[in-house]
Amino acid sequence: MDLVLTILVEGLGYASYLFIVSLGLTIIFGVLKILNVAHGAFFAWGAYSCAFLIGEFSVMGVSDIGTMIAIPIAALVVGVVLGSAIERTIIRNLYGRDEVIIVLATFGLFLVLEDVILLVFGVDPYFAFQPTLAIPGVQIGGIYQDGYKLTMIALSLVVGLISWLVLNRTHWGKVVSAIIFDSELAVAMGVNVKRVFYVVFLAGAILGALGGAYIAPTISVSPGFGVEVIVLSFAVVVIGGMGSIAGAAIGALMVGMLRAYAVLQWPEIELFVVYAVMAAVLIFRPEGLFAPAKARKI
Amino acid sequence: MKPVHIAGVLGVGMAAAFAFSAPAVAKDTVSLGIVAFLSGPAAGPYGVPGRNGAEMLIDAINKGTLPAPYNTKGFAGATVEAEYIDESGGNTKQVSEYRNLVQKREVDAVVGYVSSGSCAAIAPVAEELQTLTVMAVCGTPRIFEEAPREYVFRTMSHATADNVAAAHYVKEMMPDVTSYTGINQNYAWGQDSWRDFSLTMTDIMPAAKVSDKPQFPKIFAGQYGSEISALSLEGAELVHSSLWGGDLEAFILQATPRGFFHQKKVVLTVGGVSAYRLGKRLPDGVAIGSRGPYGILVRDRDTPLNKWFVETYNDTYGGYPSGAAYQYAQAILATKIAYDKAGEAAGSFPSQQQVIDSFKGLEFDSFAAPVKMALGGGHQAVTEHMYGLVKWDADAGVLSVTDVKVYPAECVMPPADKTSVEWIESGMPGAKC
Repeated sequence: MDLVLTILVEGLGYASYLFIVSLGLTIIFGVLKILNVAHGAFFAWGAYSCAFLIGEFSVMGVSDIGTMIAIPIAALVVGVVLGSAIERTIIRNLYGRDEVIIVLATFGLFLVLEDVILLVFGVDPYFAFQPTLAIPGVQIGGIYQDGYKLTMIALSLVVGLISWLVLNRTHWGKVVSAIIFDSELAVAMGVNVKRVFYVVFLAGAILGALGGAYIAPTISVSPGFGVEVIVLSFAVVVIGGMGSIAGAAIGALMVGMLRAYAVLQWPEIELFVVYAVMAAVLIFRPEGLFAPAKARKI
Repeated sequence: MKPVHIAGVLGVGMAAAFAFSAPAVAKDTVSLGIVAFLSGPAAGPYGVPGRNGAEMLIDAINKGTLPAPYNTKGFAGATVEAEYIDESGGNTKQVSEYRNLVQKREVDAVVGYVSSGSCAAIAPVAEELQTLTVMAVCGTPRIFEEAPREYVFRTMSHATADNVAAAHYVKEMMPDVTSYTGINQNYAWGQDSWRDFSLTMTDIMPAAKVSDKPQFPKIFAGQYGSEISALSLEGAELVHSSLWGGDLEAFILQATPRGFFHQKKVVLTVGGVSAYRLGKRLPDGVAIGSRGPYGILVRDRDTPLNKWFVETYNDTYGGYPSGAAYQYAQAILATKIAYDKAGEAAGSFPSQQQVIDSFKGLEFDSFAAPVKMALGGGHQAVTEHMYGLVKWDADAGVLSVTDVKVYPAECVMPPADKTSVEWIESGMPGAKC
């Protein structure tokens, strides 16, 4: 029983941050049809900005719990500023282009943004552990789990719920759904598609940065760590289906649970279990488990 | 034979004889390519301190301000010019960079390399291009165990010493340990480290039970929640780890709030490298190594060279030198000594072959401990090894180490006629501890 509980908690913890990052990636792809390799840079910039702000707040005497305000600030600032700059200068010129060109352009952008991090923040790591000290841990399954990780699970649930509500219960959500279904028809119906693209790209960028900002207190924020996340996020959205929120959630849960099971029971397979599942999904359902239905044009 | 032909033959013969017997042409400068991680996750813990250590030492060598007996200017009198190259980007890129340094920029020697992967890729290329190459940090024992080398040297002990010394330290300081496990990265470094540690433990603490589920997370994984849970659930008393850099720091940051370091005894073979970066976040009581007599473990050693190194580094870069700074500086120092010794023997500026001949089997006093180029036909260094327990000194506001134990090179490194694995598996015959 202890083992099952531990796999559940660890799986949910890992899945939660993957879900937040993958959600941003998948909504950008779903709406803009842009496979944004530079999404890992939003994650890295969010983490660096958050770690920097937590350090500054701590020096100013803000309490450990109070430093958590840095998380939404970093996510919003990075998402809006960096997201706007990138969408207006680069992404906007890629709409409707060949997928290979989009991947190459965003990959180049990712490399540039990683190097800019070195220029701005240097090569030394940032530690922003204060929030993890502020939230007490709990005993689950015979071992002590840190409280901060449990709040991450709660945050991912809230983010997932808000995303679902916005897409399914608001006018904006209906507009976005219309564009996903058929952007040409949406234009014909008077939808300002470019504006929607811009807003959705910002939302995706904020989610990417939020994933990085929330994870920052638990890691050594150092150069190059965005690469690992973008690879895993791609695995998540490929498993779940590109452009599907439910798919991102299920994909993240599958990756998180399988990884937790492998680490706890069969460590030798941990390295490839995620990619084995991704390969299996691609073989039997190439469009992913929850790929949104596509309109057939006659 | 016509007179003109005789003169020609004599001329060619004399020229050839002169070419073979003459000393190398006098040089004003020696150019070095220095390779270290200047970007990516290894830049902070290794690359930048390593570059700093090399830069500081080269500056002192050119000015002749190193403490005696190394206070002669330059390499055999020639000013040292350094070109710094980023080690990031993988082995293929490193081989290209190396060829570029040697064939296009025509450097006299290449110094550096942190990654075992880089060293394994560069060693055969160095032999092919016949260029003096001094490896500063990388740990894999395979460099000199798998093939003889003529142009390649390594100026610190290899990874076997880290793990054999760790096992000795556990036996000495934690003799009651009844079971142990490990968390090491899933590549050559991590796997070799765990193999050497667990084999040595089997030799010297046979009653301690080894885990059948050691953890091997991917390098640069960053998230260790599941691994920490697995280690916690397993119940082994001791955890061995060769995690380094950002991976080690993330592991510590994630394990600390979960009380992991109160439940387990932990030995970190490379913990010393991150000691200054983590400060009080490195939990008290954790056993750390620094890959030999370097960094925090020798900070207070009272030798003139060590005092100079620590003070000058602090004045120049604002902080204590970590292990990588020592190790890169040691590689530069060894190269200087080899050049000086060869120059002195030749009576003029030495040729590369003369430098190599003087490098083989070299023995010298480095910053904190003596170095002997004793293995691999005189190409692989051995030094003493050290471990200690972390202690945060709240009054002074600095991290310190207590209960430091020193293990002689003959205790933790294999003899010249055996590979590391052969030596450990056969019960470490001849070890002098």
